Amino acid sequence: MDRLDVAEPAWTGISPKYVWPELVGWLVTGLIAAAATTPLWFIGAWWCYAITAAVVVVTVVVMAFVPRRVRSIRYQLRDDDLLVRRGILYLRFVAVPYGRMQLIDINRGPVVRALGLSDLKFVTAAASSGVTIPGLPEAEADSLRDRLVALAESRRAGL
Amino acid sequence: MSEALPGEGAPPPEGASGPTQGAAGAAGAPGTPADVARLTDGEWHRLHPATPLLKGGIALIVLLGIILNNAREWLLGLVVPGGRRPDGDGEGDPFGWVVEHGWLGFVLLGVLVVLAVLVLAFWLSWRMNTFRVTEEIVEVRSGVVFRTNRRARLDRVQGINIQRPVLARIFGAAKLEVSQAGDDANVSLAYLRSAAADDLRREILRRASGVQRSAVDGVRAVPAPGRPVEPGQPAPGQAGASGEPVPVDASGQPVAPGQPSPADARQRFVGLVEQRAQEFLSDGLDPQEAPPESVVKVDAGRLVGSVLLSGYTLFLVAAAVAVVVSVRLTGEWFLLFALLPAVLGSSGYYVNRVTKSLRYSISSSRDGIRIGYGLFSTTNETLPPGRIHSVKVSQPLLWRPFGWWQISIARASRSSTNGSGQQGNSTLLPVGDEADVRRVLELVLPELVGVAAAEVQAEEAPVPSEGPADEPQRTAADEHAEHTLSLVEDGLTSRGSDGGFTTSPRRAAVLRWFSWRRNGFRTAPGALLLRTGAIWRELVIVPLPRMQSVGLSQGPLLRRLRLAAVHLHTVQGPIVARIGALDQDDALRFFEGAARDAVTSARADRTHRWGASPDPVPDDAAPASSPPVSAPREDPRP
Repeated sequence: MDRLDVAEPAWTGISPKYVWPELVGWLVTGLIAAAATTPLWFIGAWWCYAITAAVVVVTVVVMAFVPRRVRSIRYQLRDDDLLVRRGILYLRFVAVPYGRMQLIDINRGPVVRALGLSDLKFVTAAASSGVTIPGLPEAEADSLRDRLVALAESRRAGL
Repeated sequence: MSEALPGEGAPPPEGASGPTQGAAGAAGAPGTPADVARLTDGEWHRLHPATPLLKGGIALIVLLGIILNNAREWLLGLVVPGGRRPDGDGEGDPFGWVVEHGWLGFVLLGVLVVLAVLVLAFWLSWRMNTFRVTEEIVEVRSGVVFRTNRRARLDRVQGINIQRPVLARIFGAAKLEVSQAGDDANVSLAYLRSAAADDLRREILRRASGVQRSAVDGVRAVPAPGRPVEPGQPAPGQAGASGEPVPVDASGQPVAPGQPSPADARQRFVGLVEQRAQEFLSDGLDPQEAPPESVVKVDAGRLVGSVLLSGYTLFLVAAAVAVVVSVRLTGEWFLLFALLPAVLGSSGYYVNRVTKSLRYSISSSRDGIRIGYGLFSTTNETLPPGRIHSVKVSQPLLWRPFGWWQISIARASRSSTNGSGQQGNSTLLPVGDEADVRRVLELVLPELVGVAAAEVQAEEAPVPSEGPADEPQRTAADEHAEHTLSLVEDGLTSRGSDGGFTTSPRRAAVLRWFSWRRNGFRTAPGALLLRTGAIWRELVIVPLPRMQSVGLSQGPLLRRLRLAAVHLHTVQGPIVARIGALDQDDALRFFEGAARDAVTSARADRTHRWGASPDPVPDDAAPASSPPVSAPREDPRP
């Protein structure tokens, strides 16, 4: 069965290095979740250990898919809008007209910054838009931001 | 204090405005242009002098009342000799206790000091609370210790709301709120003189619309002579409004506004009282601006019925059944008492819902649609064109036998402390039948319907000289009306591909058991329509120029079934424009089409300066795919 895709396959991917922040994030999350289940061990029943094992297994599986998921995060600058896609199991496309931009955020977490990357967030008046392009090389993120701002300026629309 | 006051600081114009308005009001002339001009001259002004009283002084009066109530016995004893009971039962009576100990003087002094401090504080806060309206902005300064200054750009106005709580109505005051996009981003002018609020709103809207003053005056000159000519029709909306002549002029003495003679003083007072009464009885709609007839009449019986048959009632009945069953099973009768608070609470809820929506009216004006409601505390809101981000027409289950519908809207301004609660912010039509829905949607989405502007033109210019020009317009309007009728009716109740909807395929029945035949979407000029729900029917309309972005998503289950979901992102609100379980290819096509149309219609959109004369550029720039988007809106009147 053919996958859902738009007509123009001129996608730009993000930096493959973005795998690391994702891995670290999931590792920390998994460790905390596993640690939270350890008090159950005092009950001593077998299923208490099973819960911890399940948390570990789920975390490992999720982490195994991280490289593919990072590869799936792509964007393209079309004539009048920004198109972003992400996800393999849960596929999501969002198209945002440039004129709808309210502001652009650039965030750098500790791991992301250590790798010389930036996360770019395109904020519209609708909270549900949720357009983020994580893991862009720093210079690319800055230039993309300037480009998007310029594009938005030339296509200014109201709310 | 020599500064010009918007309120009753200057009595002569107030007193004179009664007769003046009475004489000229029926002709629809602007009430007191000088007054508005003063308020909007860009200088700082103060609010209504009764503001402190309306804002918090009532609590003070209540406090005084409590003290006096405690002193009642003692006061009675002063007046009625020998009526005072002997001491000894002063246990529960703090006042008696105070008198016994001879501390009366201190207590009175303390009360007076507290009173003086409070009055001073209120007066100070009133003095420090100033506002100004310039050509570009409206700005409010307030606060004594913590100063706040809020400035709002007029071209970003999302709506103007005039609220009149019961108490304020008695004082002839009103609260004007200029809504901006965002959470609690309202600029609130509380309180103004009632008539001044109406005038100020008109002026702010004029400035916001970008229309030139000369153009407005020209427009206003047209309906003024036009109205009284209407043959013998009493103009229902005007009868109860302040435009009705007050008895002052009924005495036959034309009062010259410039020179009030002393003999008129009493009459003027009577006129003032009369005017207050008129203002109190009027539904808060400014009679001069909009054509005051509401396009929809919400019958009180229907309103009560609709509230009683809401989803909340279903929940209540279910709870009651659960309690009764458990009483039967356990034999514990005290469980019935668990129902008591619920019953009390919900009766309050019902009464509240009904009184809020009573006297509902909706009409169109030059500056957008105007909604008014409320029985005791009235709210009257003007929404300029293009400020509605999505519209939902829905039908709770129990309403279906009666064919009632409800319309709610999402807008960019959100207010957590809206005087009339959440409902006022999002409900456009509390209840109505299909014809009502159609009429309201004609106002809300003229670009979808293309009929509202044309109709207004046809009604407001009955001058015979334009007869031949009128004809094609009317037929066009009728045609549009037919078109809308079918569009809305199809969207409301139809299923399958009726009305041009693209629905879910048969295999979606796994996910949409009953509604897969109804679950569908369609594109219309300037808007996207999502039709969902076979049991709880819903039709969501998203105007294309307001859509922020489009999303297309597909989870593992949907992928299995070759289905996908489309989400039209609009501003946060009570409406989620999402449609799931569409065929994958249909969804993709819808997604791409919507993304493309959103760009073109946003480019053609000119609603943020809705009154400005259209530039030649934007219309040419708008591609042929959505020409009706801006066409009817840019020239609202001849």
